[in-house]
Amino acid sequence: MLAVTPAPLSIDALTTAVEGVVRLRGEGCGALASFLGVVRATHQGRVVQYLDYEAFDALAVRTFEQIRDEARARWPEAELAIVHRTGRLQIGDASIAIVAATAHRADAFAVCRYAIERVKQITPVWKHEFFADGDAWVEGAVADPQDEDAREKAMAIACA
Amino acid sequence: MRVTVRLFARLREIAGRESWDIEVPAGSTAGDAWASVTAGTPALAPFDRAISVAVNASFARMSRPLSEGDDVAFLPPVSGG
Repeated sequence: MLAVTPAPLSIDALTTAVEGVVRLRGEGCGALASFLGVVRATHQGRVVQYLDYEAFDALAVRTFEQIRDEARARWPEAELAIVHRTGRLQIGDASIAIVAATAHRADAFAVCRYAIERVKQITPVWKHEFFADGDAWVEGAVADPQDEDAREKAMAIACA
Repeated sequence: MRVTVRLFARLREIAGRESWDIEVPAGSTAGDAWASVTAGTPALAPFDRAISVAVNASFARMSRPLSEGDDVAFLPPVSGG
């Protein structure tokens, strides 16, 4: 399950999808690691009221496919589900859900961490923050899916 | 030839529009299309070194040659997650 949606996120659907796939691979599924990114109440000292997330949906899903393929090149029996939410989100709402399924726990944590690091590097999604006294677009990495240095950096973080 | 340009997030906000068609000479690249966009909206020029480009919803380089009818998207630095 690799998707962009305006609907609220639920880990359960992702878990079911990836467990069912990895169950049939190699040793089977013995570990599920999940990550939920949620809207934080502050950003660099300012009080956040709400966020708008905008995505280039089709291209974002392509980056999820690339991230899944990169993970499987390193962890052949792993499976990943990644769903990013768009639209207006309130404090505490989940903006991204990731579930990694593997045979053993160490790999599940690593695959999950790798996925979120890569999403932050290459996925075309933009966060627009609204404060009591103004608003700001958040701008992070210049997305370049072919940048090997960035990919290796994400892998180093995942395997630390 | 005619191509469609698309802007996202802050680029879209600065330009005040999301998507429109432009006319570029045959043999133009994605970089030429960006030059045409910034010529029309100079406030976008500071993004020169900080944008990514996608042609027909696939990442591409600025040197990518364009074809009639291509959809050329310019993306500011990303902030998902």
